[in-house]
Amino acid sequence: MTNERQITIPGEIIAEGEDYLPGEWTEKIDGKIYALRYGLLEESNKLVKVIPLSGTYNPRRGNVVIGKVESINFNGWVIDIGAPDNAFLSLMEVPRYVNKDALDEVMMIGDMVIAKIWEINKRGIDLSLKSRGLGVIEEGMIIEINPNKVPRVIGKEGSMIKLIKDQTGCNITVGQNGSILIQGDSIEKELSAKKAIMHISDKSYIKGLTEEMENFFKENMAKESIN
Amino acid sequence: MAKEFTRPDGRKVDELREIEAKVGIVPNADGSAMFRSGNTIAIAAVYGPKKMHPQHQQNPAKGVLRCTYNMMSFSVTDRIRPGINRRSTEISKITQWALEPVVLLEDYPGQVIDVFIHIIQADAGTRTAGINAASMALAHAGVPMTDLVSSVAAGKLDKTLVMDLTKEEEDFEEGEGPTDIPISMTKDGKITHFQLDGKINAAQLKDVLDMTKDACAKVYEVQKEALKNSLK
Repeated sequence: MTNERQITIPGEIIAEGEDYLPGEWTEKIDGKIYALRYGLLEESNKLVKVIPLSGTYNPRRGNVVIGKVESINFNGWVIDIGAPDNAFLSLMEVPRYVNKDALDEVMMIGDMVIAKIWEINKRGIDLSLKSRGLGVIEEGMIIEINPNKVPRVIGKEGSMIKLIKDQTGCNITVGQNGSILIQGDSIEKELSAKKAIMHISDKSYIKGLTEEMENFFKENMAKESIN
Repeated sequence: MAKEFTRPDGRKVDELREIEAKVGIVPNADGSAMFRSGNTIAIAAVYGPKKMHPQHQQNPAKGVLRCTYNMMSFSVTDRIRPGINRRSTEISKITQWALEPVVLLEDYPGQVIDVFIHIIQADAGTRTAGINAASMALAHAGVPMTDLVSSVAAGKLDKTLVMDLTKEEEDFEEGEGPTDIPISMTKDGKITHFQLDGKINAAQLKDVLDMTKDACAKVYEVQKEALKNSLK
Protein backbone atom coordinates (compact mmCIF):
# COMPACT_ATOMS: atom_id res chain seq x y z
CA MET A 1 0.00 0.00 0.00
CA THR A 2 1.31 3.42 -0.83
CA ASN A 3 0.38 6.57 0.99
CA GLU A 4 0.53 8.65 -2.16
CA ARG A 5 -2.57 9.71 -3.96
CA GLN A 6 -3.05 9.14 -7.66
CA ILE A 7 -2.16 12.10 -9.85
CA THR A 8 -4.48 12.86 -12.74
CA ILE A 9 -3.51 14.47 -16.02
CA PRO A 10 -5.85 16.19 -18.48
CA GLY A 11 -7.62 13.78 -20.79
CA GLU A 12 -6.92 10.72 -18.66
CA ILE A 13 -9.76 8.21 -18.09
CA ILE A 14 -10.13 8.05 -14.31
CA ALA A 15 -13.26 5.91 -14.00
CA GLU A 16 -15.39 3.77 -16.24
CA GLY A 17 -18.96 2.59 -15.96
CA GLU A 18 -22.40 3.99 -15.32
CA ASP A 19 -22.06 3.67 -11.52
CA TYR A 20 -19.68 6.58 -11.29
CA LEU A 21 -20.67 10.23 -11.18
CA PRO A 22 -18.43 12.99 -12.53
CA GLY A 23 -17.42 15.60 -9.93
CA GLU A 24 -15.36 18.78 -10.11
CA TRP A 25 -12.89 19.07 -13.01
CA THR A 26 -14.10 15.93 -14.67
CA GLU A 27 -16.23 15.21 -17.71
CA LYS A 28 -18.34 12.17 -18.59
CA ILE A 29 -18.44 11.05 -22.20
CA ASP A 30 -19.92 7.67 -23.23
CA GLY A 31 -19.78 6.26 -19.70
CA LYS A 32 -16.12 7.20 -19.24
CA ILE A 33 -15.03 9.85 -16.80
CA TYR A 34 -12.15 12.01 -18.00
CA ALA A 35 -10.00 14.31 -15.87
CA LEU A 36 -9.87 17.89 -17.10
CA ARG A 37 -7.07 19.07 -14.90
CA TYR A 38 -3.75 18.17 -13.35
CA GLY A 39 -4.36 17.26 -9.72
CA LEU A 40 -5.18 14.53 -7.26
CA LEU A 41 -7.87 11.92 -7.80
CA GLU A 42 -10.52 11.64 -5.14
CA GLU A 43 -13.38 9.19 -5.04
CA SER A 44 -16.12 9.02 -2.46
CA ASN A 45 -19.54 7.35 -2.77
CA LYS A 46 -18.97 6.75 -6.50
CA LEU A 47 -18.37 10.46 -7.04
CA VAL A 48 -15.06 10.98 -8.81
CA LYS A 49 -13.37 14.36 -8.72
CA VAL A 50 -10.02 16.04 -9.24
CA ILE A 51 -8.45 18.21 -6.55
CA PRO A 52 -6.25 20.77 -8.33
CA LEU A 53 -2.65 21.20 -7.15
CA SER A 54 -1.78 24.25 -9.17
CA GLY A 55 -3.40 27.23 -10.79
CA THR A 56 -4.21 30.83 -10.02
CA TYR A 57 -6.66 32.08 -7.42
CA ASN A 58 -10.33 31.96 -8.34
CA PRO A 59 -12.16 34.44 -6.08
CA ARG A 60 -15.46 33.45 -4.49
CA ARG A 61 -17.91 35.50 -2.47
CA GLY A 62 -17.29 35.24 1.26
CA ASN A 63 -13.58 34.41 0.97
CA VAL A 64 -11.28 36.00 3.50
CA VAL A 65 -8.18 37.18 1.65
CA ILE A 66 -4.94 39.00 2.39
CA GLY A 67 -4.06 41.72 -0.11
CA LYS A 68 -1.83 44.70 -0.68
CA VAL A 69 -3.03 48.27 -1.17
CA GLU A 70 -2.26 49.16 -4.79
CA SER A 71 -3.70 52.65 -5.04
CA ILE A 72 -6.03 55.11 -3.32
CA ASN A 73 -9.14 56.64 -4.91
CA PHE A 74 -11.37 59.44 -3.66
CA ASN A 75 -13.73 56.88 -2.11
CA GLY A 76 -11.66 53.82 -1.34
CA TRP A 77 -8.65 51.65 -1.96
CA VAL A 78 -7.67 49.34 -4.82
CA ILE A 79 -6.25 46.12 -3.42
CA ASP A 80 -4.26 43.41 -5.15
CA ILE A 81 -5.46 40.03 -3.89
CA GLY A 82 -3.73 37.92 -6.55
CA ALA A 83 -6.90 37.49 -8.62
CA PRO A 84 -7.15 38.44 -12.31
CA ASP A 85 -9.18 41.50 -11.33
CA ASN A 86 -8.13 44.12 -8.81
CA ALA A 87 -10.35 44.30 -5.77
CA PHE A 88 -11.91 47.50 -4.50
CA LEU A 89 -12.43 48.37 -0.84
CA SER A 90 -14.91 51.21 -0.49
CA LEU A 91 -14.58 53.52 2.52
CA MET A 92 -18.24 52.71 3.27
CA GLU A 93 -17.10 49.20 4.08
CA VAL A 94 -14.60 50.29 6.71
CA PRO A 95 -16.18 50.11 10.19
CA ARG A 96 -14.60 53.27 11.62
CA TYR A 97 -14.56 56.98 10.97
CA VAL A 98 -12.58 57.80 7.81
CA ASN A 99 -11.59 61.33 6.96
CA LYS A 100 -12.38 61.66 3.26
CA ASP A 101 -9.45 64.03 2.76
CA ALA A 102 -6.95 61.68 4.34
CA LEU A 103 -7.69 58.11 3.28
CA ASP A 104 -4.00 57.28 3.67
CA GLU A 105 -4.27 57.75 7.41
CA VAL A 106 -6.25 54.50 7.45
CA MET A 107 -4.34 52.57 4.79
CA MET A 108 -1.33 53.62 2.76
CA ILE A 109 -0.13 52.20 -0.54
CA GLY A 110 1.85 49.07 0.24
CA ASP A 111 -0.05 48.23 3.44
CA MET A 112 -1.28 44.67 3.81
CA VAL A 113 -4.90 44.13 4.72
CA ILE A 114 -7.14 41.22 5.68
CA ALA A 115 -10.52 41.62 3.97
CA LYS A 116 -13.55 39.65 2.95
CA ILE A 117 -14.93 39.37 -0.57
CA TRP A 118 -18.29 41.09 -0.35
CA GLU A 119 -19.43 40.84 -3.93
CA ILE A 120 -18.16 39.83 -7.35
CA ASN A 121 -19.73 41.54 -10.32
CA LYS A 122 -18.64 42.31 -13.84
CA ARG A 123 -16.95 45.53 -12.80
CA GLY A 124 -14.72 43.68 -10.40
CA ILE A 125 -14.42 42.45 -6.84
CA ASP A 126 -15.73 44.43 -3.85
CA LEU A 127 -14.17 43.93 -0.45
CA SER A 128 -15.37 44.64 3.06
CA LEU A 129 -13.76 45.03 6.47
CA LYS A 130 -17.07 44.73 8.34
CA SER A 131 -16.42 41.48 10.15
CA ARG A 132 -14.38 40.19 13.03
CA GLY A 133 -10.66 39.68 12.44
CA LEU A 134 -10.50 41.93 9.38
CA GLY A 135 -8.40 45.07 9.04
CA VAL A 136 -4.96 46.44 8.33
CA ILE A 137 -2.08 44.17 9.35
CA GLU A 138 0.18 45.88 11.89
CA GLU A 139 2.85 43.22 12.35
CA GLY A 140 3.80 39.64 11.52
CA MET A 141 5.14 37.64 8.64
CA ILE A 142 3.28 37.01 5.38
CA ILE A 143 4.09 33.97 3.27
CA GLU A 144 2.64 32.84 -0.03
CA ILE A 145 1.53 29.36 -1.03
CA ASN A 146 -0.50 28.09 -3.95
CA PRO A 147 -4.19 28.98 -3.37
CA ASN A 148 -5.19 25.41 -4.27
CA LYS A 149 -3.25 24.13 -1.26
CA VAL A 150 -5.06 26.35 1.26
CA PRO A 151 -7.60 23.59 2.16
CA ARG A 152 -4.65 21.30 3.02
CA VAL A 153 -3.14 23.92 5.35
CA ILE A 154 -6.47 24.42 7.11
CA GLY A 155 -7.30 20.71 7.29
CA LYS A 156 -10.62 19.06 8.08
CA GLU A 157 -12.56 21.51 10.26
CA GLY A 158 -9.38 23.43 10.92
CA SER A 159 -7.52 20.46 12.41
CA MET A 160 -4.25 21.17 10.60
CA ILE A 161 -4.08 24.87 11.33
CA LYS A 162 -4.94 24.17 14.98
CA LEU A 163 -2.05 21.68 15.14
CA ILE A 164 0.41 24.26 13.78
CA LYS A 165 -0.90 26.98 16.12
CA ASP A 166 -0.57 24.68 19.14
CA GLN A 167 2.88 23.43 18.18
CA THR A 168 4.44 26.79 17.34
CA GLY A 169 2.48 29.13 19.59
CA CYS A 170 1.85 31.49 16.68
CA ASN A 171 -1.36 33.10 15.61
CA ILE A 172 -2.03 32.23 11.97
CA THR A 173 -4.53 33.77 9.54
CA VAL A 174 -4.94 31.95 6.24
CA GLY A 175 -6.21 33.96 3.28
CA GLN A 176 -8.07 31.95 0.64
CA ASN A 177 -5.84 33.57 -1.98
CA GLY A 178 -2.79 31.76 -0.62
CA SER A 179 -1.36 34.56 1.52
CA ILE A 180 -0.81 33.47 5.11
CA LEU A 181 -0.18 35.80 8.05
CA ILE A 182 1.91 34.42 10.91
CA GLN A 183 2.14 36.37 14.16
CA GLY A 184 4.32 35.05 16.97
CA ASP A 185 6.25 36.25 20.01
CA SER A 186 9.60 35.73 18.29
CA ILE A 187 10.97 35.44 14.77
CA GLU A 188 12.10 31.87 15.57
CA LYS A 189 8.53 30.80 16.30
CA GLU A 190 7.26 32.50 13.16
CA LEU A 191 9.95 30.78 11.09
CA SER A 192 9.10 27.37 12.47
CA ALA A 193 5.43 27.96 11.59
CA LYS A 194 6.53 29.00 8.11
CA LYS A 195 8.61 25.84 7.79
CA ALA A 196 5.63 23.71 8.80
CA ILE A 197 3.31 25.40 6.29
CA MET A 198 5.87 25.03 3.50
CA HIS A 199 6.19 21.36 4.42
CA ILE A 200 2.43 20.92 3.99
CA SER A 201 2.60 22.73 0.66
CA ASP A 202 5.35 20.34 -0.52
CA LYS A 203 3.70 17.17 0.80
CA SER A 204 0.09 18.00 -0.08
CA TYR A 205 -0.15 14.92 -2.33
CA ILE A 206 0.17 12.29 0.42
CA LYS A 207 -2.59 10.66 2.42
CA GLY A 208 -2.80 11.17 6.17
CA LEU A 209 -1.21 14.58 6.10
CA THR A 210 -2.13 15.36 9.70
CA GLU A 211 -0.18 12.32 10.93
CA GLU A 212 2.73 13.33 8.69
CA MET A 213 2.70 16.76 10.31
CA GLU A 214 2.57 15.30 13.81
CA ASN A 215 5.72 13.34 12.95
CA PHE A 216 7.24 16.47 11.41
CA PHE A 217 6.76 18.39 14.65
CA LYS A 218 8.11 15.50 16.76
CA GLU A 219 11.27 15.42 14.64
CA ASN A 220 11.72 19.16 14.63
CA MET A 221 11.14 19.56 18.33
CA ALA A 222 13.71 16.80 18.95
CA LYS A 223 16.23 18.60 16.73
CA GLU A 224 15.64 21.91 18.46
CA SER A 225 16.19 20.43 21.92
CA ILE A 226 19.56 18.98 20.74
CA ASN A 227 20.64 22.38 19.50
CA MET B 1 14.18 -0.39 -54.31
CA ALA B 2 17.91 -0.63 -54.75
CA LYS B 3 19.13 -0.59 -51.19
CA GLU B 4 17.81 -0.10 -47.69
CA PHE B 5 17.82 3.53 -46.65
CA THR B 6 20.20 4.31 -43.83
CA ARG B 7 19.89 7.39 -41.63
CA PRO B 8 22.97 9.38 -40.62
CA ASP B 9 22.57 8.56 -36.93
CA GLY B 10 21.72 4.90 -37.59
CA ARG B 11 18.10 5.12 -36.44
CA LYS B 12 15.33 3.00 -37.95
CA VAL B 13 12.97 4.96 -40.22
CA ASP B 14 10.21 5.08 -37.59
CA GLU B 15 12.50 5.52 -34.61
CA LEU B 16 12.40 8.74 -32.59
CA ARG B 17 15.39 10.36 -31.00
CA GLU B 18 15.93 9.87 -27.30
CA ILE B 19 13.22 11.89 -25.54
CA GLU B 20 13.11 13.29 -22.05
CA ALA B 21 10.56 15.46 -20.29
CA LYS B 22 10.33 17.23 -16.96
CA VAL B 23 7.84 19.62 -15.36
CA GLY B 24 8.22 22.34 -12.76
CA ILE B 25 11.55 23.74 -13.86
CA VAL B 26 10.75 27.48 -13.74
CA PRO B 27 10.03 28.39 -10.09
CA ASN B 28 8.41 31.76 -10.83
CA ALA B 29 5.98 30.47 -13.45
CA ASP B 30 2.51 29.09 -12.69
CA GLY B 31 3.48 26.02 -14.70
CA SER B 32 6.55 24.99 -16.65
CA ALA B 33 8.09 22.10 -18.55
CA MET B 34 11.17 21.01 -20.44
CA PHE B 35 11.08 18.71 -23.43
CA ARG B 36 14.20 17.26 -25.02
CA SER B 37 14.37 15.27 -28.22
CA GLY B 38 17.96 14.33 -29.04
CA ASN B 39 19.84 17.60 -29.20
CA THR B 40 16.73 19.80 -29.36
CA ILE B 41 15.72 21.25 -26.00
CA ALA B 42 12.62 23.38 -25.42
CA ILE B 43 11.53 25.09 -22.21
CA ALA B 44 7.95 26.32 -21.77
CA ALA B 45 6.62 28.55 -19.00
CA VAL B 46 2.94 29.35 -18.45
CA TYR B 47 1.65 32.44 -16.63
CA GLY B 48 -1.98 33.04 -15.84
CA PRO B 49 -4.90 33.04 -16.41
CA LYS B 50 -4.43 36.75 -15.71
CA LYS B 51 -6.04 39.97 -16.89
CA MET B 52 -5.41 40.70 -20.57
CA HIS B 53 -3.42 43.82 -21.32
CA PRO B 54 -3.72 45.74 -23.67
CA GLN B 55 -7.44 45.94 -23.02
CA HIS B 56 -8.44 45.98 -26.71
CA GLN B 57 -7.14 42.43 -27.06
CA GLN B 58 -9.54 41.17 -24.38
CA ASN B 59 -12.20 38.76 -25.52
CA PRO B 60 -15.39 39.15 -23.44
CA ALA B 61 -16.65 35.71 -24.52
CA LYS B 62 -13.67 33.53 -23.57
CA GLY B 63 -10.04 33.59 -22.57
CA VAL B 64 -7.15 34.07 -24.94
CA LEU B 65 -4.18 31.74 -25.33
CA ARG B 66 -1.07 33.73 -26.19
CA CYS B 67 2.00 31.78 -27.24
CA THR B 68 5.45 33.22 -27.76
CA TYR B 69 8.13 31.11 -29.39
CA ASN B 70 11.71 32.22 -29.11
CA MET B 71 15.02 30.74 -30.14
CA MET B 72 17.92 31.65 -27.87
CA SER B 73 20.73 33.34 -29.76
CA PHE B 74 23.11 30.55 -28.69
CA SER B 75 20.75 27.70 -29.65
CA VAL B 76 22.29 27.20 -33.10
CA THR B 77 25.84 26.94 -34.39
CA ASP B 78 25.80 30.36 -36.06
CA ARG B 79 24.49 32.84 -33.51
CA ILE B 80 21.03 34.09 -34.50
CA ARG B 81 19.94 37.65 -33.93
CA PRO B 82 17.89 37.67 -30.74
CA GLY B 83 14.30 38.85 -30.82
CA ILE B 84 11.15 38.39 -32.86
CA ASN B 85 11.51 37.54 -36.52
CA ARG B 86 9.25 36.31 -39.32
CA ARG B 87 9.85 32.65 -38.47
CA SER B 88 9.28 32.96 -34.72
CA THR B 89 6.06 34.90 -35.30
CA GLU B 90 4.77 32.09 -37.50
CA ILE B 91 5.72 29.36 -35.03
CA SER B 92 4.12 31.28 -32.14
CA LYS B 93 0.84 31.37 -34.06
CA ILE B 94 1.13 27.71 -35.08
CA THR B 95 1.74 26.70 -31.45
CA GLN B 96 -1.32 28.65 -30.35
CA TRP B 97 -3.46 26.94 -32.98
CA ALA B 98 -2.06 23.53 -32.07
CA LEU B 99 -2.98 23.97 -28.39
CA GLU B 100 -6.25 25.95 -28.55
CA PRO B 101 -8.50 22.94 -29.37
CA VAL B 102 -7.67 21.24 -26.05
CA VAL B 103 -7.62 24.22 -23.69
CA LEU B 104 -10.93 25.11 -22.02
CA LEU B 105 -10.89 28.89 -22.25
CA GLU B 106 -14.61 29.49 -21.65
CA ASP B 107 -14.18 30.13 -17.91
CA TYR B 108 -11.69 32.95 -18.38
CA PRO B 109 -13.39 35.84 -20.23
CA GLY B 110 -11.23 38.94 -20.54
CA GLN B 111 -8.19 37.00 -19.42
CA VAL B 112 -5.05 35.65 -21.04
CA ILE B 113 -2.93 32.56 -20.54
CA ASP B 114 0.62 33.37 -21.53
CA VAL B 115 2.84 30.59 -22.85
CA PHE B 116 6.50 31.36 -23.40
CA ILE B 117 8.59 28.82 -25.28
CA HIS B 118 12.35 29.10 -25.38
CA ILE B 119 14.52 26.87 -27.51
CA ILE B 120 17.81 26.61 -25.69
CA GLN B 121 19.38 24.12 -28.09
CA ALA B 122 18.21 23.44 -31.63
CA ASP B 123 18.70 20.43 -33.90
CA ALA B 124 15.51 20.56 -36.02
CA GLY B 125 12.03 19.80 -34.72
CA THR B 126 11.99 22.85 -32.46
CA ARG B 127 8.34 23.71 -33.07
CA THR B 128 7.25 20.17 -32.19
CA ALA B 129 9.45 20.16 -29.07
CA GLY B 130 7.97 23.55 -28.17
CA ILE B 131 4.40 22.31 -28.55
CA ASN B 132 5.15 19.22 -26.44
CA ALA B 133 6.71 21.35 -23.70
CA ALA B 134 3.89 23.93 -23.85
CA SER B 135 1.21 21.27 -23.58
CA MET B 136 2.84 19.85 -20.43
CA ALA B 137 3.41 23.31 -18.98
CA LEU B 138 -0.27 24.23 -19.46
CA ALA B 139 -1.34 21.06 -17.67
CA HIS B 140 1.18 21.73 -14.91
CA ALA B 141 -0.18 25.26 -14.50
CA GLY B 142 -3.59 23.79 -13.66
CA VAL B 143 -5.27 25.07 -16.81
CA PRO B 144 -8.37 22.97 -17.57
CA MET B 145 -7.81 20.94 -20.73
CA THR B 146 -9.58 18.08 -22.46
CA ASP B 147 -6.33 16.36 -23.41
CA LEU B 148 -2.61 16.79 -23.88
CA VAL B 149 -1.13 17.54 -27.30
CA SER B 150 1.79 15.50 -28.58
CA SER B 151 3.76 16.57 -31.60
CA VAL B 152 6.23 14.89 -33.94
CA ALA B 153 7.73 15.91 -37.26
CA ALA B 154 7.49 13.31 -39.98
CA GLY B 155 9.67 13.64 -43.05
CA LYS B 156 10.39 12.27 -46.47
CA LEU B 157 14.00 11.93 -47.55
CA ASP B 158 14.01 11.32 -51.30
CA LYS B 159 11.23 8.66 -51.34
CA THR B 160 11.64 7.19 -47.86
CA LEU B 161 9.35 8.19 -44.99
CA VAL B 162 11.16 8.82 -41.71
CA MET B 163 10.20 10.19 -38.32
CA ASP B 164 11.69 13.03 -36.28
CA LEU B 165 14.25 14.61 -38.60
CA THR B 166 17.50 16.07 -37.34
CA LYS B 167 19.10 19.16 -38.84
CA GLU B 168 21.52 16.95 -40.78
CA GLU B 169 18.62 15.07 -42.37
CA GLU B 170 16.71 18.26 -43.13
CA ASP B 171 19.69 19.39 -45.22
CA PHE B 172 19.56 16.16 -47.29
CA GLU B 173 19.92 17.04 -50.98
CA GLU B 174 19.73 13.79 -53.00
CA GLY B 175 16.79 12.67 -55.19
CA GLU B 176 13.58 14.49 -54.36
CA GLY B 177 15.21 16.19 -51.40
CA PRO B 178 13.72 16.57 -47.93
CA THR B 179 10.06 17.13 -47.02
CA ASP B 180 9.22 18.23 -43.49
CA ILE B 181 5.77 17.45 -42.04
CA PRO B 182 5.26 18.55 -38.42
CA ILE B 183 2.02 17.12 -37.00
CA SER B 184 0.41 17.55 -33.58
CA MET B 185 -2.36 15.38 -32.24
CA THR B 186 -4.20 14.42 -29.10
CA LYS B 187 -4.03 11.01 -27.41
CA ASP B 188 -6.87 9.59 -29.52
CA GLY B 189 -5.36 10.77 -32.80
CA LYS B 190 -7.29 13.98 -33.41
CA ILE B 191 -5.04 16.29 -35.40
CA THR B 192 -4.67 19.81 -34.02
CA HIS B 193 -1.85 21.00 -36.26
CA PHE B 194 -0.48 19.90 -39.60
CA GLN B 195 2.15 21.56 -41.73
CA LEU B 196 3.81 20.42 -44.91
CA ASP B 197 6.94 21.88 -46.41
CA GLY B 198 7.82 20.10 -49.65
CA LYS B 199 6.14 17.60 -51.93
CA ILE B 200 4.41 14.32 -51.14
CA ASN B 201 1.76 12.20 -52.87
CA ALA B 202 -1.59 11.34 -51.32
CA ALA B 203 -0.84 7.64 -50.78
CA GLN B 204 2.35 8.39 -48.87
CA LEU B 205 0.61 11.06 -46.81
CA LYS B 206 -1.72 8.37 -45.45
CA ASP B 207 1.32 6.34 -44.36
CA VAL B 208 2.75 9.47 -42.75
CA LEU B 209 -0.39 9.86 -40.63
CA ASP B 210 -0.24 6.24 -39.45
CA MET B 211 3.44 6.54 -38.57
CA THR B 212 2.90 9.85 -36.78
CA LYS B 213 0.07 8.42 -34.73
CA ASP B 214 2.38 5.73 -33.33
CA ALA B 215 5.15 8.25 -32.76
CA CYS B 216 2.83 10.68 -30.96
CA ALA B 217 1.69 7.84 -28.70
CA LYS B 218 5.34 7.36 -27.65
CA VAL B 219 5.70 11.08 -26.97
CA TYR B 220 2.45 11.07 -25.00
CA GLU B 221 3.73 8.32 -22.71
CA VAL B 222 6.80 10.41 -21.88
CA GLN B 223 4.69 13.53 -21.23
CA LYS B 224 2.32 11.54 -19.04
CA GLU B 225 5.14 10.02 -16.99
CA ALA B 226 6.71 13.45 -16.47
CA LEU B 227 3.45 14.84 -15.07
CA LYS B 228 2.72 11.74 -12.98
CA ASN B 229 6.20 11.85 -11.42
CA SER B 230 6.22 15.61 -10.92
CA LEU B 231 5.70 15.42 -7.15
CA LYS B 232 8.23 12.71 -6.35
